[in-house]
Amino acid sequence: MKNFIFERAELDNLVETLKRRGFKVIGPTVRDSAIIYDELTDANDLPIGWTDEQTNGTYRLKRRDDAAVFAWTVGPQSWKKFLFPPIQKIFATHRSTKGLDFPNSKKQAPQESPPIKYAFFGVRSCELNAIAIQDKVFLGGPFIDPLYQRKRTGVFIVAINCNQAGGTCFCASMNTGPKATTGFDLALTEILSDKHHYFVVEAGTELGEDILKNVKCTKATEENLATIKNITEQTVTQMSRSLDTANLKNILYQSSEHPRWERTASLCLTCTNCTMVCPTCFCATVEDVTDLAGKQADRIRKWDSCFTLDFSYIHGGSVRTSTKARYRQWMTHKLASWVDQFGTFGCVGCGRCITWCPVGIDITEEARAIRENQP
Amino acid sequence: MATAPDLQSLKVDYKRNPMLPWPFQIRRVKHETEDTFTIELQPSGDLEEFTFQPGQFNMVYVYGVGEIPISISGDPANPRTLVHTTRAVGSVTKAMDKMRRGDILGIRGPYGTPWPIDHANGQDVVFVAGGIGLAPLRPVLYEVVAQRERYGKVVLLYGTRTPSDVLFRQELENWRARFDLEIYVTVDRAMSGWRGNVGVVTNLISRAPFDPRNTMAFVCGPEVMMRFTTMELHKRGVDNEHIFVSMERNMKCAIGLCGHCQFGSVFVCKDGPVFRYSQIKDMLVKWEI
Repeated sequence: MKNFIFERAELDNLVETLKRRGFKVIGPTVRDSAIIYDELTDANDLPIGWTDEQTNGTYRLKRRDDAAVFAWTVGPQSWKKFLFPPIQKIFATHRSTKGLDFPNSKKQAPQESPPIKYAFFGVRSCELNAIAIQDKVFLGGPFIDPLYQRKRTGVFIVAINCNQAGGTCFCASMNTGPKATTGFDLALTEILSDKHHYFVVEAGTELGEDILKNVKCTKATEENLATIKNITEQTVTQMSRSLDTANLKNILYQSSEHPRWERTASLCLTCTNCTMVCPTCFCATVEDVTDLAGKQADRIRKWDSCFTLDFSYIHGGSVRTSTKARYRQWMTHKLASWVDQFGTFGCVGCGRCITWCPVGIDITEEARAIRENQP
Repeated sequence: MATAPDLQSLKVDYKRNPMLPWPFQIRRVKHETEDTFTIELQPSGDLEEFTFQPGQFNMVYVYGVGEIPISISGDPANPRTLVHTTRAVGSVTKAMDKMRRGDILGIRGPYGTPWPIDHANGQDVVFVAGGIGLAPLRPVLYEVVAQRERYGKVVLLYGTRTPSDVLFRQELENWRARFDLEIYVTVDRAMSGWRGNVGVVTNLISRAPFDPRNTMAFVCGPEVMMRFTTMELHKRGVDNEHIFVSMERNMKCAIGLCGHCQFGSVFVCKDGPVFRYSQIKDMLVKWEI
């Protein structure tokens, strides 16, 4: 392991270095009363001195009395919006007097501009896991999503280890955090005491190490590493929610007629918020739209949600007409069928679905109710 | 903790982008019944042939209207002609219904699992079709008829709404005229002049001439029909491992990425549409899965 420390002021230098290396640096920033992810001009765009308060159906930003940069957890957005954009054109077909011109009927593949080189700055461990899960979905085969692949390849990842748990976090129980263990180029831990504000950084790749050459670092000491260990342990202790995953897949498969689904359905508004904020949800629909003259038809891919009636529509009606069936589909997919499909849960314990559910349905609570009331 | 596939090992190959349709030209449109039609297509771009296995489907794109999954209903021995039979029910199929010879459609495919007819060597073969469910079975019927000597008894049980809804009427009559095929057609509602069976197709199973201990069954039709057909076949003594059904779900991508066609833990597009009954029977008896 290659661990170093650098002073808070050097964080600006790290952002600057990535930009100089041609990366489009995306990171957290405060906008519209939330911490969202967008392009960073410099490190001053980071949510310095902010924190968030989260619980079922509630998210509020609050000022801190210090200048901590990463003392908050996750907002409504995830990195998926960059790798798997909410609205994305798949291809265009043209109509002329000569007939229809399909992209595949061209002799040569169209010239494409080189893909954007992203650097994700401040990726939390749950998010790293979410990215790894979507990698499996989109790149695991038998078919590979070329749109996702194009955006994903070459992304530079700066992880941030959480130094406090959010009100809806449960990553410790999902074994997905709070400390980043793999899948990053650099992993930072922010340490802020009365006198000293600094970062411990772990290089996960050679490129990461190379980038650090432009940042004033010193080797991390045993003491620094012990501090990180303490921070991680404290963060785990702060986590008030947990999801027991033991035998969970089988329990859910056997519980398709559990009375709890009816109860949850009586609260659920099928608003799709949970699926929109979820960093692993990958469902999409397509729309074929033409220009006014009918000379060009685009196929647009858009995020979709299993909570809509339209989602399961086949001639004659929808397969999942009831809210019960739709909530059951979502949760059973996340915590059971995902395991059969991709060898991992579809949940990383980020807590977004709990925070952003307008009626405050809590997936950990639902799983517990089903587990504890087995027929 | 999920581990990612090795990104460097995945080479970008835009020529094989599975999201792009290929242009096909319509050679013929044939109206089968009042609301069903068959279109014959040939590749119009770089493709010369279109090979598929019976039971597979394509994504069919009508310019500017939309794209839907439709099973292939033609003869697998003829890769120069792609055949789809469908009912005009939605915006895409209704637009297709208005298309004529020379028009261009987009095709992606073939996708999905085939009917495992190779495993039926030396056995009786029973096809049970409901309504338009006969279309996805026709390619495998062609194959069985072409290699008739490989199988024991070959039985088709086909149920549809009324005598005027009978699909592929001429072919059914030709097959019925052969001594080595057993073709039974039943309708929900008959009218004068109908000399065949009346009632649901499951009623035919108990009397059909096959040896249930040495039979492979291929079932395609509305989901409720498949539920009762599989139960009836099982009751007759056919092993659940020897019954195959073709499922249908909403599909947007056909390559396992859009999530729409999930049926429990399987994706109908890439794990199906043809499933061994034993694999999905627990889900088939539950509502709204």
